[in-house]
Amino acid sequence: MRLLQRFYLVEVLSGLALTAAHFFRNMGLHLAHALGRKTARGAVTIQYPEERRPYSPRLRSLHRLVRREDGSPRCVACMMCETVCPARCIYIVAAEHPNPEIEKVPARFDIDLGKCVFCGYCVEACPEDAIRMDTGILEFSSYSRDGMIYTKEMLLALEPAGRDGRPTSPVPIPADRRP
Amino acid sequence: MSAADLGIAFGRVAFVMLFVLNLGGLLTWVERKQSAIMQDRIGANRASIFGFRLLGLFHPLADAIKMLTKEDFRPARADPFLFGLAPFVSVFCALVAFASIPFGDVLRVAGREIPLQAVTLNVGILYVFAMLSLGVYGVMMAGWSSANNFALLGGQRAAALMISAEIAIGASIMGVVMIYGSLNMMDIVRAQGRLFWGWLPAWGIVTQPLAFVLFLTAGIAATKRIPFDTPEGESEIIGYFIEYSGMKFGMFAMADFLETVVIAGMTTALFLGGWQVPYLVPDGFRFPWGGAVALPHLLVTLLQVGAFVVKVCAMIFVMMLIRWTLPRFRYDQAMRLGWLGLFPLSILNIVVTGIGLLLWGGRA
Repeated sequence: MRLLQRFYLVEVLSGLALTAAHFFRNMGLHLAHALGRKTARGAVTIQYPEERRPYSPRLRSLHRLVRREDGSPRCVACMMCETVCPARCIYIVAAEHPNPEIEKVPARFDIDLGKCVFCGYCVEACPEDAIRMDTGILEFSSYSRDGMIYTKEMLLALEPAGRDGRPTSPVPIPADRRP
Repeated sequence: MSAADLGIAFGRVAFVMLFVLNLGGLLTWVERKQSAIMQDRIGANRASIFGFRLLGLFHPLADAIKMLTKEDFRPARADPFLFGLAPFVSVFCALVAFASIPFGDVLRVAGREIPLQAVTLNVGILYVFAMLSLGVYGVMMAGWSSANNFALLGGQRAAALMISAEIAIGASIMGVVMIYGSLNMMDIVRAQGRLFWGWLPAWGIVTQPLAFVLFLTAGIAATKRIPFDTPEGESEIIGYFIEYSGMKFGMFAMADFLETVVIAGMTTALFLGGWQVPYLVPDGFRFPWGGAVALPHLLVTLLQVGAFVVKVCAMIFVMMLIRWTLPRFRYDQAMRLGWLGLFPLSILNIVVTGIGLLLWGGRA
């Protein structure tokens, strides 16, 4: 340690100069912004609900059930996703499909998002490409545990995210928050 | 005492009280915003009334409402009387300490002479000093009465830090007292209006540069804020207010801010010329290069009060800058700095000042 450093004072002053330089630079930028120069930004803050970072296309967001052309789920209730799920948050009740060419259909397909760990194993395990995690929806919340259980109908209604990663369908409203 | 005298006395006290209280309340906002701007952030800006955000100025208000409506919890084994008294002692001492710091020269209105200072004391410096030291009783009380080991540890640390800082404060003030030859803060500020070589104001920072650094360092230690926040030490012991909640906790936080204002006011009065504006004499500006601007008495007084406020705010800015730049001293480092750094240096400062006064004779 140099003698000068042992006295704190010089080092303290250089530190203060650094932070003060940041302060006055940012203050000037804020002032320029307020006076009309909209390109001047004094902070790196992203004001979250209004501003968002672009999401990566690989982002694992809220699940959706892929539909056939007639609107019924592509899922054949093979239970692969329910089996592979490490959090055991998928509950499927299988039923017969009216079309004999299709084996089965889920009568119920519930995902408990309160348990889900968003690992994406269900998407990888699915042999029918019937479940995907590409909605871009991240903000789901509920006042109760039951409200975190998303049903087949809710998941079927979702659309994939747009090109910028933004969600294109509205956030599903859980049962306990519906008016 | 006539009604007018009473009114004047009340006005003087009210001005100081409102100035310190409002500034102390605003400091929560200043702290959040200044630190945000220093760190390339925006800072709190969401609290709004009818959609007006006003740069986040409503956050202190929201904080106050939140604190007032929170549960006021007292641990079962805490001493009820002392536990309740402690935050009041803390805030009271910080609040009254500002009383003898002058914020302007004598105001002459309708044949009266009103010294612009809440209380005129011949031993003003000692009074401020005493009140600052008394503030630590609130902290110790809080630590002791909470029936919590961490709180006790925090109170003990606060006492130790206060003692090591107070001695340095007292000793570094002595140099100023020797130079200006008075304990009355009004006299000290007035004496700082003189000029060296006809152009350099005889402010304390010019005559006592070492004492300025020592006083500022010890003063920041006395406010118990970073880099000297060992009594709080959020990451190790939570500190003396660990058991406090609601507005009682808020009062401890407020006491810290009020002490910041007091230290800033004291630094201004002792080292930055108080209400002095360079080259401003009672009848207007008189510049060393020959020019002169005559000003009415009221305007001169207004300029002086304004200069004092600006200087205090600048000092607060510097103290906030220090608080958001430096990391915390460890407990033993703070003690070492106080006893082996500040204290001997302030004694040295007294000796050097004495020799200087002996050689160059009399007061500056």
